[in-house]
Amino acid sequence: MAASNTTTSNAVVTMDVFRYEPDASELPRMQRYTVPFREDWVVLDALNHIKDEIDGTLSFRWSCRMGVCGSCGMMVNGEPRLTCNSFLRDYYPNPIRVEPLSYFPVIRDLIINLDHFLDKLEEVKAWLIPAEDRELSEGEYRQSPAQLAQYKQFSMCINCMLCYAACPAYGHHSEFIGPAALALAQRYNMDSRDGASDERADVIFSEEGIWDCTFVGECARVCPKNVDPASAIQQAKVEATKDFFKSVLVPWGKRQQPAESR
Amino acid sequence: MPRHQPATPAKQHIRPMPVGWWLKRTSYFLFMMRELTCVFVGGYALFLLMLVARIGEPDAFAALLEHPGSLVFHVLALPFVLYHTITWFNVTPKALVIYRGEEKVNPVIIAGANYVGWIVVSVALIWIAWIAIGSA
Amino acid sequence: MELLTHDILIVGGGGAGLRAAIAIGEENPKLSVGVVSKVYPMRSHTVSAEGGAAAVIKPNDSIENHIYDTISGADWLADQDVVETFVNQAPEEMIQLEHWGCPWSREPDGSVAVRPFGGMKIERTWFAADKTGFHMLHALFQTALKYDNITRYDECFATKLLVHDGRCLGVTALELQTGQLLPIAGKAVILCTGGGGRIFPFTTNAAIKNGDGMALAYRAGVALKDMEFVQYHPTGLPGTGILITEASRGEGGILLNKDGRRYLQDYDLGEPFDVTSPEHPRKRTMELGPRDRLSQAFELERQKGLTLKGEYGDYVHLDVTHMGQKKINKKIPFVRELCRNYVGIDPVHEFIPVRPVIHYMMGGVHTNVDGETPMPGLYAAGECACGSLNGANRLGSNSLTELLVFGARAARAAVKYTESLGDFPQSELLAQAQDEQARIRERYFKPGDGKGKESIAAIRTAMNDTMEDGAGIYRTDESLRKTSEILRELKERAKNVELADHSLSFNTELTAALELEYMLDIAESLAHSALARTESRGSHQRTDHPQRDDDNFLKHSLAYQTDGDPRIEYLDVVITKWPPGERVYGSK
Repeated sequence: MAASNTTTSNAVVTMDVFRYEPDASELPRMQRYTVPFREDWVVLDALNHIKDEIDGTLSFRWSCRMGVCGSCGMMVNGEPRLTCNSFLRDYYPNPIRVEPLSYFPVIRDLIINLDHFLDKLEEVKAWLIPAEDRELSEGEYRQSPAQLAQYKQFSMCINCMLCYAACPAYGHHSEFIGPAALALAQRYNMDSRDGASDERADVIFSEEGIWDCTFVGECARVCPKNVDPASAIQQAKVEATKDFFKSVLVPWGKRQQPAESR
Repeated sequence: MPRHQPATPAKQHIRPMPVGWWLKRTSYFLFMMRELTCVFVGGYALFLLMLVARIGEPDAFAALLEHPGSLVFHVLALPFVLYHTITWFNVTPKALVIYRGEEKVNPVIIAGANYVGWIVVSVALIWIAWIAIGSA
Repeated sequence: MELLTHDILIVGGGGAGLRAAIAIGEENPKLSVGVVSKVYPMRSHTVSAEGGAAAVIKPNDSIENHIYDTISGADWLADQDVVETFVNQAPEEMIQLEHWGCPWSREPDGSVAVRPFGGMKIERTWFAADKTGFHMLHALFQTALKYDNITRYDECFATKLLVHDGRCLGVTALELQTGQLLPIAGKAVILCTGGGGRIFPFTTNAAIKNGDGMALAYRAGVALKDMEFVQYHPTGLPGTGILITEASRGEGGILLNKDGRRYLQDYDLGEPFDVTSPEHPRKRTMELGPRDRLSQAFELERQKGLTLKGEYGDYVHLDVTHMGQKKINKKIPFVRELCRNYVGIDPVHEFIPVRPVIHYMMGGVHTNVDGETPMPGLYAAGECACGSLNGANRLGSNSLTELLVFGARAARAAVKYTESLGDFPQSELLAQAQDEQARIRERYFKPGDGKGKESIAAIRTAMNDTMEDGAGIYRTDESLRKTSEILRELKERAKNVELADHSLSFNTELTAALELEYMLDIAESLAHSALARTESRGSHQRTDHPQRDDDNFLKHSLAYQTDGDPRIEYLDVVITKWPPGERVYGSK
């Protein structure tokens, strides 16, 4: 806690916070608050200080305060960030502008609507569909550490939505399945236990899927867990391309369509 | 897994994408430049096809290359094609992830292999051209 | 107001709730299930669990070992039939989760890897690096997505149980997006709302852990069992309370006082081996002793003045430097990430400052081995329940497995129970919901007179302080009486909380006020249960009654809400094959 010993007393930091109160007004506004500056405070601490001590009407989501639940993503000075992991000291003495994550509809203040993300997660079948069934009595599937490493990175997604807020493709076209959902689909495609990449292909390889990605690469940069959705999508593009050429050049090598998805 | 939806949906505020969104971040700007300049890459591909069409006619082939319009086009297209080349080289490690056991092969090596290949091929071409010019 | 109906309603979308929902889907896909959760399921606090989940899988281990570790860890306050059932079912549940895609860490041969945890004879903790809870929760959530019979009520905050003719038949829940109160009926209701660590100031628990489900049941007349037993995790970060997993000690980390001495050897936890010795770390010894004993050792060391002093109170050092960068990155990467982000140190080269921090409530809604509460139609599973698995001190890494085993068991029992039930008493349930809506409107949406206005934050802070002062690691009759008294005052003060926010849309000030009321209720049950237990056992240490008293207290406490102080009753512990003995750690 070395840093906290240098806390400057009486120092303050200015917070400009996006407010949208649909019961009161159709239009959003910015509200300025002054909060104490502490070396070891994160932006979320400052928001909680506002909520507890200054203005009980400010609404935002938060929970674990350790960067794993994914609730507290917001735009901090225009950059998608987990506020539980954005220290005031990195902005001080400049004012800090806090807004809801870009491109999402706003429900209230800093709270966005992410329902569509969960619908997309379901669309891409982001769950394990085993290549071969196994009884519980037969024990676990075998998976070597090397096989685990293949998909582990993509399984680290905390669904915080920062990648969507950084993606202009999503900003222009909200039907785009988007970085996190595509990375999670790819996570299962690359899992040695899974056998359903063909089942997922129709959605993943569709217009709203990987081909909506124009490789801006920001998703990978803002991801707080180094998931690298951009890489997941590029890998899927390679698969889709191989798939296409296989179906054109070697018709008998075409991927098997599951009956129900046709 | 269906989700319950409110009987009357909550009011929501939609923020339109600002017209100048692509000026707000370097990465967005570079991306837009890539989108806009891809016509030059496409144009160069067309040009190559035109050359291929003249492959049996050495004079027409040379004429097309020596045409002032073609020279201007080359000068214009070169920086953009270079830009796209570098982009593609740098994307390679994202699309091509190689594992050695549990460890990822360093992306710098994968991207670097592209650059090495590029240099080798370029040197070879210059060498062939040099010999060709010398023998002419 | 329209009654929404399901066959089975689950309150809480964490590990236990999702496991229960899937179990119903597997058991009978025709049954409709509602999952009511105040946060999106993948935000639930299960996500924060780090170290691992216990189940016997390796040939060198045995069911008997796991049972004994659990019972002795619990200081013999666990019901032994429940422990047996749990331990026997644990491996199957864990394998099931593997089949659902959980990315367990592996041995080179491809089998799941296990690591040692505190209080274990043999290593049996399955892990996914040090984000086990995160991976389990997301595997469960993503698996649940494929079931069409499960309807999610995301961000709906339960305010009351609907009870008719003594049966639980649903909940009222505040739909946060719109501010509407939804009456949601279920022939059976399973509470999976987690614990309430947020009643204390220093806790590993997330902001959402306010004992909601415990308070809902308590108010409906169901007993809260063994509430006096609260687990301090020995290693949390000072200030934030962020958890540094026990796996860091399971992988060889050691605890040092201000003189660099491995002080645990002075507290009857065995002799230390050098970190380079192949014998280190030895199971059930030193750093791998049980959590209650390690936390108590810290407190005694602090009283001797041998801990370090920092801005956020006293602390000791957790040293993992000898593990080296490669092993730290592979086995406990999240610990490294947390230390770098929140302490500004790199555990590869530096010591981690740690102190005991409130982690887990052994107590909760009184249930049997099938998650049934005494109220027909009401079930509970996970941390919010007390099925008497954990007794006076939970064995580290049993809680994640507990979510699976008891989430599934409660679901299966509920499925059976609902088979015999007919239609809902619609009008009665709607009338109750309307009353609840009127209560909330009256209480929180009427413009106040501004007199005697109380702040939520001030009351919450006062509650946190008095819980730590009077009901912390060491307790006395005097400290507990004082805490009970202050809690009574705070409950009165809470009646004068006035909201600044009167809007319907996502009113988080309203939910904070409701959560405060939940917390005060369970804090009260905790303080009174602790006051009545005049012995020391496991995590409940009374300096005025330092001995375990099996003659009088080999019993579970049951706290019932009354108009005044809670009424405390007792229930015998089920002892089958393992008679109460001495808890020995660190023996040769």
